[in-house]
Amino acid sequence: MFQTLTDKFEGIFGRLGKKGRLTEEDVDEALREIRLALLEADVNLTVVRGLRDRIRARAVGEEIHKALNPAQQVIKIVNEELTASLGGETMRITFASRPPTVVLMAGLQGSGKTTTSAKLARWFKSQGRNPLMVGADLQRPAAVEQLRTLGRQIDVPVFSEPSDPVAVAAAALEEARRTGRDVLIVDTAGRLAIDEELMEEVRRISDTVQPHYTFLVVDAMTGQDAVNTAEAFHQKLSLDGVILTKLDGDARGGAALSVKEVVGRPIAFAATGEKLEDFDLFHPDRMASRILGMGDVLTLIDKAEQVYEKEEAEEAAARMLEGQFTLDDFLEQMQQLKKMGPLGGLLSMLPGLPKELRNVNIDDRELARVEAIIKSMTPAERAEPRMIEASRRARIATGSGTNPTQVAGLVTQFTEMQKMMKKLGGMGTKKVRKDKKADKRKGKGGSRVTGKGGVPALTGGGRVTPKGTKAGKAPLMLPGLDRIDASDLDALADELDRRR
Amino acid sequence: MSSALWILIIAAVLVVVAGAAFVATRSRGRDLELEPTPGERPTGPGTVTAPTPVDEAPATVDTAAPAEAEAAVAEPGVAEPEVAEPEVVVEEAPPAPAELEPLIKPSFFDRLGKARSAFSGYLGGLVGRGKLSEDDWEELEEALIQADVGVATSMSLIGDVRDLAKGSGADSGEDILGLLKARMHRELEGKDRSLTLDEGKTNVWLFVGVNGVGKTTTIGKVARRLVDEGHKPLLAAGDTFRAAAAEQLTTWGERAGADVVRGNEGGDPSAVIFDGVQAASARGCDVVLADTAGRLHNKTNLMEELSKVRRVAGREPGHVSEVLLVIDATTGQNGMSQAKVFTEAVEVTGVVLTKLDGSAKGGIVFAIESELGIPVKLVGLGEKAGDLVDFDAPAFVDALFE
Repeated sequence: MFQTLTDKFEGIFGRLGKKGRLTEEDVDEALREIRLALLEADVNLTVVRGLRDRIRARAVGEEIHKALNPAQQVIKIVNEELTASLGGETMRITFASRPPTVVLMAGLQGSGKTTTSAKLARWFKSQGRNPLMVGADLQRPAAVEQLRTLGRQIDVPVFSEPSDPVAVAAAALEEARRTGRDVLIVDTAGRLAIDEELMEEVRRISDTVQPHYTFLVVDAMTGQDAVNTAEAFHQKLSLDGVILTKLDGDARGGAALSVKEVVGRPIAFAATGEKLEDFDLFHPDRMASRILGMGDVLTLIDKAEQVYEKEEAEEAAARMLEGQFTLDDFLEQMQQLKKMGPLGGLLSMLPGLPKELRNVNIDDRELARVEAIIKSMTPAERAEPRMIEASRRARIATGSGTNPTQVAGLVTQFTEMQKMMKKLGGMGTKKVRKDKKADKRKGKGGSRVTGKGGVPALTGGGRVTPKGTKAGKAPLMLPGLDRIDASDLDALADELDRRR
Repeated sequence: MSSALWILIIAAVLVVVAGAAFVATRSRGRDLELEPTPGERPTGPGTVTAPTPVDEAPATVDTAAPAEAEAAVAEPGVAEPEVAEPEVVVEEAPPAPAELEPLIKPSFFDRLGKARSAFSGYLGGLVGRGKLSEDDWEELEEALIQADVGVATSMSLIGDVRDLAKGSGADSGEDILGLLKARMHRELEGKDRSLTLDEGKTNVWLFVGVNGVGKTTTIGKVARRLVDEGHKPLLAAGDTFRAAAAEQLTTWGERAGADVVRGNEGGDPSAVIFDGVQAASARGCDVVLADTAGRLHNKTNLMEELSKVRRVAGREPGHVSEVLLVIDATTGQNGMSQAKVFTEAVEVTGVVLTKLDGSAKGGIVFAIESELGIPVKLVGLGEKAGDLVDFDAPAFVDALFE
């Protein structure tokens, strides 16, 4: 989406060149696209209107920056506005001077309150606290049983009794004081915001336990209705924060923005997986890129850091840029990558990829196929794939249970990538250069002359496309790899360094 | 500082794999069956690590019918080689289903009406107006967007109505709104929304969906409804992942008066459902309602697990006659992506729209039905056993505008 937004913007602003100011008409045209992008991401219509006005106010009359083209400039404004809207103050959990610190969990049915309660308990435990969980969801069959099971997994006790939710909460508070538990997490039944009776019940629970923190648990896949729910719960309970769940799905998560705007309280935590440890504090800047469909690079890098050996990766990248990358290296990298999750998901997190490439549906079984093909090659073939002619191809195909066309396809693809990377290396991204020995330099300097860090992002100006690498020259090549360019990578690296 | 390098490597690997996939799909005639990548959730025999806690195990065995319970532990030798042998427990239904409290079926509009009153009149101003201005048109489009119908679908609907209006000369707010509703009704017309129950077979209805949409609850309600209609359903607790999911289903089984087959937490869902089918066939149940664990559709390994569940459920004597995708009415545009991926994996035959008694309007199912042709069959309107009704398309469309 980022790419399509950028493409559209470039069309809109193309005629502007690099002079003058952004006029109202230009900006309005761009804003229409932004509106669509935000609505597609489930940002609430009313919230979109507000954002649109703020962006217009900032963008109209803005002098066109020398280093940025107008499209980049508007995107930058949009991104900053989104981040600001999502962020604001960050949640800092403080603890009550007279324990226990009471946390109340509320939300619609199926938003993930019970699982999140356990995740939160685990988080508190990792902060050195002694939480007690309260099963006050007496509505859904086996909800308390679910909480107990989760409690056993993280070794946190659960209090509940078959009376009524308000009484359970009150008794639990006593229990926590008696047993010296310093955090009390109250899991309540899911309820609809329009159900007066149940909303009144949760208010009574809240009155009884006097929570220090009341969290609304919101599903990241929620659509336009998120604001109604958030408003109703906020009115009743005066929320302190929001917990966003199921962020590991592929929803763009505009609901986060909507809820934040309506409630005016920070998004405190985000749940990003089914395991109880998949839970952490919320990062507004990552969410902004995600809503805009810009790819979630930082999460990608976090994942990469968990599975990759840093030196190895750097070494491999350096070799890649020098064209020394073999199929063996490739196989190794691929296996590392596999640990990071489904490939389609990874691909969608990469920014700046052309959409032809981003929308390719990678079946993870392809990975197994590719692996089988490479493993059926001799070491010599892996180092020098060019030597693979018809009879070797047939042998490899038989060995890997594929057919010769597939083998040929992989080899062609790999060779193309090698060429491409070599060219990219020749263009020189400074970050890579720093890691390489100076005398190994190939080709001339790239489009950028800057050598120092800390340069703001998105400076590279226009695209620098390596010549002779157009898709037409390699019919089997996916269109678009040639559009990843060195200056983009440079800018990206700078931006990332800055944020970290 | 090496961030860019990582991205470079990742990009390169992905590009090659994507490219190879691209090449392969163009040249390939047959699909290779490869072992699914092992995921986070245990599915194989070696990974059954979470046995039901001891204090629960005895409680679940119904002592009144030990022989039957044993008989229900079907021969898993028939199952796929990697299917684990679960300890399956059959929960007998309470003997007197006559005691069930009578079902009170809410009408579609009754229940919706309660929720909608707060929003009524959203387009009220439009009705009294003469010729619609550009802003009015936009308002109309936004009404659809606010109901989660989606930008693309809303724009195309409004575009159609504009053409229609031009042709017929209609221009007042009331006329246009009428045209739009008629256009939407037409889109949902003529769909077969009946649930298939083939006679003389052990039907399997598979319930799938992302986490937290209400699969287990829906099964409970469907079971109750089938019992009322004189069928004999059996519930199979195929959600072996979420803690206490089987207990939840068992409670519903008791309420509905239906038997429940369950396995171990962390066990193989295919095996549990397979055993459910065997048990159903042995005791003359005509339909197995198979629960599955909620899964986000972008988790490839879990979607593969689901495909396998469907394959195994269809083995003799099993006969998969419905695969129902459960969607939460609050779901936004992601619902489309859910419908696409689940259909690819398990050939969804219908949608169940849950939680429509809230303020969410569930407009995404309109987009799903009109774009993917998957009919909405059932609607959940509350937490009681009777709160599951047939989908009423005209009422649904009217409610989108209130």
